[in-house]
Amino acid sequence: MIKGNFIDNLPKVYGIYTGGFIAFIIIMAIGEQMGMTSKAIGICFVAFTVAIYAIIGYMSRTMAADAYYVAGRQVPTVFNGMATAADWMSGASFVAMAGGIYFKGYGYMALLVGWTGGYVLVASLLAPYLRKFGCYTVPDFIGTRYGGNVSRLMAVIVLTVASFTYVTAQINATGTIASVALDIPFQYAVYVGLVSILLCSMLGGMRGVTWTQVAQYIVLIIAYLLPVFWISNKMGAGFFPHFMLADEVARIGELEQQFGFVKNSAADLANVPKGLAGITKAHSAVNASPWAFISLALAMMMGTASLPHVMMRYFTTPSVKAARKSVGWSLFFIFLLYSSAPMLATLSKLSLIDPSLSTGIIGKSIAEVQAIDWYQNWNQANLMFVSDFNGNGTLELNEFFMGGKAVVLATPEIAGLPYVISGLVAAGGMAAAMSTADGLILAIANALSHDLYYKIIDPKAETAKRLVVARVLLVVIGFAGATIAAMEIQGILGSVIWAFDFAMSGLFFPLVLGVWWKRANKEGAIAGMALGLISGAAYLIWVRTGGSGFLGITQLTFGIFGSAVSLVSMVVVSLITSEPSAATQKMVDEVRVPSGKTILGKQH
Amino acid sequence: MSKQAQHWEKTRGLLMMTLAIWFVFSIGIFLFGAEMESITGPFGYPLTYWFTCQGSLGIFVILIFWFANRQEKIDEEFGFSEREDD
Repeated sequence: MIKGNFIDNLPKVYGIYTGGFIAFIIIMAIGEQMGMTSKAIGICFVAFTVAIYAIIGYMSRTMAADAYYVAGRQVPTVFNGMATAADWMSGASFVAMAGGIYFKGYGYMALLVGWTGGYVLVASLLAPYLRKFGCYTVPDFIGTRYGGNVSRLMAVIVLTVASFTYVTAQINATGTIASVALDIPFQYAVYVGLVSILLCSMLGGMRGVTWTQVAQYIVLIIAYLLPVFWISNKMGAGFFPHFMLADEVARIGELEQQFGFVKNSAADLANVPKGLAGITKAHSAVNASPWAFISLALAMMMGTASLPHVMMRYFTTPSVKAARKSVGWSLFFIFLLYSSAPMLATLSKLSLIDPSLSTGIIGKSIAEVQAIDWYQNWNQANLMFVSDFNGNGTLELNEFFMGGKAVVLATPEIAGLPYVISGLVAAGGMAAAMSTADGLILAIANALSHDLYYKIIDPKAETAKRLVVARVLLVVIGFAGATIAAMEIQGILGSVIWAFDFAMSGLFFPLVLGVWWKRANKEGAIAGMALGLISGAAYLIWVRTGGSGFLGITQLTFGIFGSAVSLVSMVVVSLITSEPSAATQKMVDEVRVPSGKTILGKQH
Repeated sequence: MSKQAQHWEKTRGLLMMTLAIWFVFSIGIFLFGAEMESITGPFGYPLTYWFTCQGSLGIFVILIFWFANRQEKIDEEFGFSEREDD
């Protein structure tokens, strides 16, 4: 089925799939009316969707190198756009982003700008040229453009550091959702999540990941948009929330004025469970300095253009032209979710804090709030907390605390939507985290198997042997990631932002200058990658261990320092060493011409 | 100047233009976040808020498609566009 005319039939195949998924939601809704328990609905949603992904993964199995590494380079632009959007939008985007906006308002929304604006850099600076190059992996480009095993190895190291930081967060997210939906302890749920992830990627490599990611995008976008529209309509806020929430945003501003942001004492805060937060910043008003906003957006944009799991999605398009268009489609599909996150945060916040709404809890008595069903559920899950700090018996704005995940996961329940929507949201979060984890694990395993094993250690290895090595590495990396995820060292969002900073520290300038500056040579690239990564990491450690930092660069934006060091060292070292060989310069010329053969052959 | 060099010069020009627009909507306007706040933007949202949650994001989407079309025109002009058969 996944052959030849499968590509022509894609709209039909995924049309039927979408119809089937909607039918499944309706069946679950009927089941709920007939008395299915919420636990059974949760299990059905997660089990059903994961089973579908596993079937797609199995049907995409392959033993050909170009199918395994780049899905045979025949993924149409729009579908590659959907796959990239799923690859891109992780557990952090799906589960944590609306929560971040809910708590931090404007300052946090720099991430929205950064995580979309980066695609302009991808489209104009890199994706079409790397597609023309014809590489299998990002280190493949670095290794061939600059030459030598050292540069290739450096690229593998940067890629592994950045992607591994990222993937533990994703496995953590699949574990969280699996443990809630299936009602099993987190330490086991992490491995359930991991097995689901490996089912999608192990047999089919990039081909399997591509077609499951398209399926995952469809699930996650329905799961995100349906509740936003439903809640907005139910609250009477407007049938199309994106265009109609101005009054609600203004109303939140009024309420903020009325309540004020009371600062809690450290002693009071000590009673609040770890990880929960209250609303301490204005919702829509500018609450961050221009540099704080811009530096975070800039770090995320440059990080976007350096993350290998995104870049390698554009290696799968049929042509250079298709790669450019595909970036546009990717961002369009991402835009659908990102533009909805602030709307969800607005609806969620208003329904909780507006005393004139029936769902509002601020101003009610503490005992009354503690008796609400959903409060008890989420309090038990350690995601909600109230405490009467001032002892007046009523709940104030500064006495209500929530986990970041709760904004997406609990809002449907708070707004009084049927449980089937909560099951759907769990399936969507699972899809988002799984699709990103798949892309990342594959990026690391491919770099290690293609660049480290095949190109450096054993260049004579046969295709069959290479692909076995690739799969063994996939499993090993997956288990390593899950083991670290089970230790719960860093929160989901924190690790994701670090991954961007690591990637931009080491890879942004070596990649961009590889195309745009002919004079860039091997020595420069090695210096750029090594010094960029080391100085970025050193800055992070310094700030984490009490260093004051400089120029307002924080532990979330350390990539700005790393990439600046990378740029300077790459330019200086390139200029004091000899210029690249005539053959390399000719290769760069050829990369700049979109037509003609790829630089690296179809099988390499 | 060779055909290839001319093609690259035009490509570079387009890149500069694309990056300039990108810079304005990802960095430039946020220098004036506080100043734009009192202005009412599209659909009645405060202008700064609207840019962060819809405006800049939407402009990026349009910008990439515009860039891709312009680049295709440049490629066609110099006969570097790819055949459609693959």
